[in-house]
Amino acid sequence: MTALLREAYELAVVGAGPAGLAAATRAAALGIDTVLLDEQASPGGQIHRAIAETPVQDHAVLGADYWRGAALVDAFRASGAAYVPGASVWSVTRGVELGLSIDGAAHVMQARRVILATGALERPMPIPGWTLPGVMTVGAAQILLKTGGLVAERPIVLAGSGPLLWLFARQHLAAGGRIAALLDTTPRDNRGRALPHLPAFLRSPYAVKGLRLIAAVRARVRVISGITALRAEGDTQLRAVAYRRGDGAEQRVATELLLLHQGVAPQLNLALAARVAPVWNDAQRCFHPAVDAWGTTAVDGVAIAGDGAGIAGAEAAVWHGRVAALDAACRLGRIDRAARDRAAGPERAMLERWTRGRRFLDALYRPADSFVVPADATVVCRCEEVTARQVRDAVALGAAGPNQLKAFLRCGMGPCQGRLCGLTVSELVAATRGVSPAAVGYYRLRPPVKPITLGELASLPKSRGAVGAVVRG
Amino acid sequence: MFRRLPDAASPTVTLTIDGQSIAARPGDSVAAALLAAGIVTCRTTPVGGVPRAPYCLMGVCFDCLVTIDGQGSRQACLTRVRDGMRVDTQRGKRVAGR
Repeated sequence: MTALLREAYELAVVGAGPAGLAAATRAAALGIDTVLLDEQASPGGQIHRAIAETPVQDHAVLGADYWRGAALVDAFRASGAAYVPGASVWSVTRGVELGLSIDGAAHVMQARRVILATGALERPMPIPGWTLPGVMTVGAAQILLKTGGLVAERPIVLAGSGPLLWLFARQHLAAGGRIAALLDTTPRDNRGRALPHLPAFLRSPYAVKGLRLIAAVRARVRVISGITALRAEGDTQLRAVAYRRGDGAEQRVATELLLLHQGVAPQLNLALAARVAPVWNDAQRCFHPAVDAWGTTAVDGVAIAGDGAGIAGAEAAVWHGRVAALDAACRLGRIDRAARDRAAGPERAMLERWTRGRRFLDALYRPADSFVVPADATVVCRCEEVTARQVRDAVALGAAGPNQLKAFLRCGMGPCQGRLCGLTVSELVAATRGVSPAAVGYYRLRPPVKPITLGELASLPKSRGAVGAVVRG
Repeated sequence: MFRRLPDAASPTVTLTIDGQSIAARPGDSVAAALLAAGIVTCRTTPVGGVPRAPYCLMGVCFDCLVTIDGQGSRQACLTRVRDGMRVDTQRGKRVAGR
């Protein structure tokens, strides 16, 4: 199944999480010559990370939803699609031409179509001290558990909001870890706004599971809700977390590991660099790429499936991936529109089932202003060490949006290319100007979306025509 | 800071970090191996010279940049450990030519 990369495929799928695995499997079943490219060393994405090789063999620790990924990987392995792990895709350009790096060597490959299934990343949670060693994302700690069976030795502090916070708390406890406190930043006002969506949530597959999960964690962990301010303290390493509830006095809990999480947002870099437009989703408080009901974009040959097209969760991503594969098959001439629509019927029904209840979760866990629009002294851009104060000052001087801020402050221009500050910067500019992030927009992104060396680029095979275009004489 | 679950015991790969020998599991990323060995800080930043540690472990934050076998600014969380691998923490910017 693992293949040496050929120069051309009919369909390239980028990302081996639920959406990418399902899309590649479905496409191969429809007779499409498909390759699945993934940055990680083994399939599963972040949700089913290391599923084929995790040392955590007690299934009670990671839970049934994690292990469900094994069936996705098995189906993919049997599908006949090619699989190239360890491949970082850094450009998708007209044609469709993909630029990628494998083990430090650059390659270019052609595909008639591409499905981007690059998934989600954790929404930045800029609090004072969040760059200190000893502060990580909840997702990071979960990856250490899944990939290496690693558990924090001493009691940890979890802070933030959203389903992953609770899921990881339970996994950490099941693995024998201890939790000093869970600091819940979910704004109290959210409950009222979520209420109209409660009936749909209660009919969704998430309701019973979610309520059980939270009850199980609450029974064993000191949960402090209504948190309105957080600060990570330490000199060269985390020593304590300071927190505040409403107007109450600041309190402190000592710990060497603070894990932050406030929901997830689509990974935009590759899609936006391929010239797909970003769309602001106010309910989810993030941007997603513009796609139609098939995941297809306005850019010729480019579709997006799964959480990378808009957050809907792992189960929905599977069905979204299958729907995108059907549309690819239609556009590649394998099936006609009627056959596509017929085949998509049951898949769309499953997609609907797994997106039911989502609006309740979006409303309940919509992050608070104070945790997405940070105070002046807080670092916003981790790479270039730009503070919220600097951004506000630059906006006052006339920098109207994220792209002007690059010129003013270099924010978003470090190695992460805005992945960890993009949303914060758009929110900060919007709040400072008193407009919506929709009016401010997002960083303009260009390939390569991963840093590659000039040497790596120069080592690419070149045609005579390409050389002739730049060499004199 | 971290311990291994009993299932994940018996590290069999040896690498060096700043010349010091550490043991890791074959499936570990370099970032996971460093954290498992109690090495919390993996670099200092080019701008402020302040310490950083792996933050996201999924390839998006670029805070775990280290020098691997002489090549600078490699993402430790996206690189698997190999026996005999030489890892060096970075001070500030990547050195030209590395």
